[in-house]
Amino acid sequence: MVAEKPSKKLFSVTLRVWRQPGPAAPGKFVEYPAANVNPDMSFLELLDVVNDGLTVKGEEPIAFAHDCREGICGTCSCTINGKPHGPGHGIATCQLYMRSFQDGDVIVVEPFRAKAFPIQRDLVTDRAAFDKIQQAGGFISVRTGAAPDANSIPVPKEDADLAMDAAACIGCGACVAACKNASAMLFVAAKVSHLGLMPQGQPERDRRVLAMVQTMDAAGFGNCTNQYECSAVCPKNITHDFIARLNRDYAKALFRTRFKPVSGAAAGGAG
Amino acid sequence: MNLLGSLFQSSIGKKLLMAFTGLVLFGFVTGHLIGNLQIFLPPEKINAYGHMLESLGAVLWLIRLFLFACLVIHLWLAIQLTLENRAARPVAYGVEHTNRATLASRLMARSGLVVLAFLLFHLAQFTVRIGHPEWSEHTYQLANGPAVRDVYNMVVHGFSSVSVSVFYIIAVGLLSYHLSHGVVSLLQSLGLKNERWTRGLEGFAVAYCWGYFLLNAAIPLAVLGGFVQLHS
Amino acid sequence: MAKLESKTPAGPLADKWQRHKTEIKLVNPANKRKYEIIVVGAGLAGSSAAATLAELGYRVKNFVFHDSPRRAHSIAAQGGINAAKNYQNDGDSVHRLFYDTLKGGDYRAREANVHRLAEVSVNIIDQCAAQGVPFAREYGGLLANRSFGGAQVSRTFYARGQTGQQLLLGAYSALSRMVGQGGVELHTNSEMLDLVVVDGHAKGIIVRDLITGAITRHSADAVVLATGGYGNVFNLSTYARQSNATAIWRAYKRGACLANPCYTQIHPTCIPVSGDYQSKLTLMSESLRNDGRIWVPKKKEDAKKNPADIAEADRDYYLERIYPSFGNLAPRDVSSRAAMRMCEEGRGVGETGLGVYLDFSDAIKRLGEPAVRERYGNLFDIYHEITAENAYQTPMRIFPAVHYTMGGLWVDYNLMSNIPGLFVLGEANFSDHGANRLGASALMQGLADGYFVIPYTIGDYLAGQKPGAKTLTDRAEFTQAEQNVTAMTQRFLSNKGKQPVSHYHKRLGKIMWEHCGMARTRAGLEAALQKIPALRAEFWADVLVPGSADTLNQSLEQAGRVADFIELGELLCRDALTREESCGGHFREEYQHPDGECKRDDEKFGHVAAWEYQGEGQTPLRNTEPLNYEFTKMSVRSYK
Repeated sequence: MVAEKPSKKLFSVTLRVWRQPGPAAPGKFVEYPAANVNPDMSFLELLDVVNDGLTVKGEEPIAFAHDCREGICGTCSCTINGKPHGPGHGIATCQLYMRSFQDGDVIVVEPFRAKAFPIQRDLVTDRAAFDKIQQAGGFISVRTGAAPDANSIPVPKEDADLAMDAAACIGCGACVAACKNASAMLFVAAKVSHLGLMPQGQPERDRRVLAMVQTMDAAGFGNCTNQYECSAVCPKNITHDFIARLNRDYAKALFRTRFKPVSGAAAGGAG
Repeated sequence: MNLLGSLFQSSIGKKLLMAFTGLVLFGFVTGHLIGNLQIFLPPEKINAYGHMLESLGAVLWLIRLFLFACLVIHLWLAIQLTLENRAARPVAYGVEHTNRATLASRLMARSGLVVLAFLLFHLAQFTVRIGHPEWSEHTYQLANGPAVRDVYNMVVHGFSSVSVSVFYIIAVGLLSYHLSHGVVSLLQSLGLKNERWTRGLEGFAVAYCWGYFLLNAAIPLAVLGGFVQLHS
Repeated sequence: MAKLESKTPAGPLADKWQRHKTEIKLVNPANKRKYEIIVVGAGLAGSSAAATLAELGYRVKNFVFHDSPRRAHSIAAQGGINAAKNYQNDGDSVHRLFYDTLKGGDYRAREANVHRLAEVSVNIIDQCAAQGVPFAREYGGLLANRSFGGAQVSRTFYARGQTGQQLLLGAYSALSRMVGQGGVELHTNSEMLDLVVVDGHAKGIIVRDLITGAITRHSADAVVLATGGYGNVFNLSTYARQSNATAIWRAYKRGACLANPCYTQIHPTCIPVSGDYQSKLTLMSESLRNDGRIWVPKKKEDAKKNPADIAEADRDYYLERIYPSFGNLAPRDVSSRAAMRMCEEGRGVGETGLGVYLDFSDAIKRLGEPAVRERYGNLFDIYHEITAENAYQTPMRIFPAVHYTMGGLWVDYNLMSNIPGLFVLGEANFSDHGANRLGASALMQGLADGYFVIPYTIGDYLAGQKPGAKTLTDRAEFTQAEQNVTAMTQRFLSNKGKQPVSHYHKRLGKIMWEHCGMARTRAGLEAALQKIPALRAEFWADVLVPGSADTLNQSLEQAGRVADFIELGELLCRDALTREESCGGHFREEYQHPDGECKRDDEKFGHVAAWEYQGEGQTPLRNTEPLNYEFTKMSVRSYK
């Protein structure tokens, strides 16, 4: 996988960008030519340059979400030539470099599209649905200060490693954007699996998966049809095996909570 | 929410039911094929088999009812899921791009619909025998038993029509295609799959579906080709 | 003149915090729900504070300018978090972590603060493990550690190369839980644009909704700022693009003192700049220095050669040569300046000559490529994405970049600023790292402040206040602050300028890096103090901000932030000019030992400089808080 250092020949591309002034306003594609593109430039840096050009011309720049620009915060969210985060594998939009394109390319840039991710402006979408899902159960209830010594609960390395694979999710929403059904299953699967694989996450395991799936459904995401478009675009290469695990966890939780005996005092709580 | 409510209303519940009913229907079509392949044996075999099934009486009806329920659930949820999935992306992408979703997986609804149409025709033709009430009359004398319905000749009669056979071959082709995604997918939905055995599973699914298609298609082809003929 | 009382408790160093906790006032559980607390920011410090305060029963409002609290830049910390657990049995202790941190900070932090940090470090690991943070583990299931710069023990806990993300997700999960329970009211896409001070106490903030443009007033019984550092004053840095100093700068303009702004950390292992379109610099975790060896060619003429063609004998492993006992793990400031000196000698590598090699060939020989891949795989991948080079086969090129700011709003031992009721946590305050921060200590401080300090100390303040700030939003102070914000917005939008905001940010960054970067001089700083006000005047006369105030307008957001950076940059240079010594992240060329090390002047500068705003166009006032070292001797920091 040794890449040749590309020659620094500058080139030109055309950006075909989705412009939408506000959530309710209609949107359309607008073309912007970009010359003197350096292959070592990141795609978002090209947008910066284009935006400065628009500003100077008195036009409004393209709104796009971005922050850390190193592929970890999950803010950036462009669908480029139909693929969330653009060409490449295991990267976020901010990690896409112009060396992935060629002179004369027309690059179509769209927002992540899903009913659950309404467009706020241009390429910026509202992904608060993910936060809602987390608030429903994406946690281990531990009050600050109540924790036992960290080494009192050993975690087999294999489980910790697998949990880490799931926990690597950056919450960008590319899985939703790529899914033909705009399903959030890979995101929820990653969250449920991360906590479900840790011994600390066991007490709330059933309650968590049921609550998170319920919230996911209410947010208007589609259903998983096992096509694995999600994992194909995940910037952290999270595998759809976690979706199988989520399905299993959900089924178990459904039957367990239905048939497990419940304490008569369960509703009362400690007075 | 109670168990049934969760199964029928939550996204994963629906998928679990799709997978479970899919598994049952998969089992049925497989068993059905094995039964049908007796057409290549002397007429005695398939007619005895048909008689055995019919003599189950109430049990046969229970099985039919169960299969019918599975089919209705499978169908009903498929419609619901498809509508929900369409609603989940109200504005389509300007550029449509597919990374790795197979064509089979993207055509599940369509292949399913054709199979459904065929199923209705198939039931009408061989089970209810609409248009051929005489097929219900023909009997066959088992060697050491009673005279039973002549399934063997009914099949040969049925597939003597080229158009019926062509429709049959197309339908089992699409059903095989439907299963090529469904067989692997149902294990994912039931949470029984991971990448360590996905490859093997996918290999099995491809082999199964080709086998299923070829063996099914062999029946009308054999009839049309004259390899299987009416017994006296 | 601001009153700067550190309120450090009396008694033996190791007992101060315990004793303080038992002596400060408490708010009884039934009364806690009567108090409202605003927390601005949701990085490690902000989300841990918001979650914990809500758990205690306070009503918390959390404001973040991001679309989700999980996006704060704490998420980008790669390497790890320190804690004095001594799980490795290698002689670590709270005292040793305290001492390493204090020494690493070049004796410019408060002893008592640093000791408290070391004490609670152990609780942080417990807390995070209980939250399900997937820390690296040994096969036996117990926690793994690695070593880090500035320490001779292995006390750094980590989660692959994403420790910051995992710890933040832990804090975010605690916050989400409290949001779900109604204990925290979460305001995303909400940027604080002013602090409201009523009768001398911080009582609220003015917020702009970044999506609708709505300006709203929010009052509370206390305001907690956890808004991060100001490193983007340099434009190019390892900070997130949106990281900004607006919250702390507007608080400064409301009277909060800003302490030691000149203490800026330059991280030695970043990917070198490639062109003027560059928007950010990417850091490669310092943990790479555990196994990578840093070198430049011995001869200038080899600098442009392919590294593979430079014989072993012609390579200068300069950190190992100059600092034999710490070698490649010398503290950040020391190794950054060493890299700069190598480049100044003309031995820098890469197209620009601004780079040194970080070579893994020995580690690959020793451990095998799979082991190196397991430890650093994601970092090698990042490097490959950005440079298109394979670091398993050719050495990485690295160069220092601005990474962290030790300075920040002045706070006392209780983390309260000189404005009563205004608390400042994490990187936004100045408290624990002195003049230089050791690796894996930022995460520790953010979480210490949020989980284990503020929950106690805020009660001490609130117990003395009558609850009910809710009724205050009609007060003139709120009206005036809101008008301030609206006026600034209008001024930007009606300005008929010619240049985009980024133009000024880039120019500011160049001035700062050139005159106030890794090495500073009187002449350079004086020049900067001429150039920055001129830039500021030009900015206000000629900046062009398109769009309107009532929509998502990223140019407008950026304009306000850059306006603040320009002013802060000036203060930073002023602080650097007045601090006539070298210490940690502040290096004045005039004050160095013959070997190029920092030459401190404890006599004249063994104090905190806390700047107080005096009004538009006025020179700010330099207040000082003496650093009284009761238990440690300020000694020459040596890593040889």
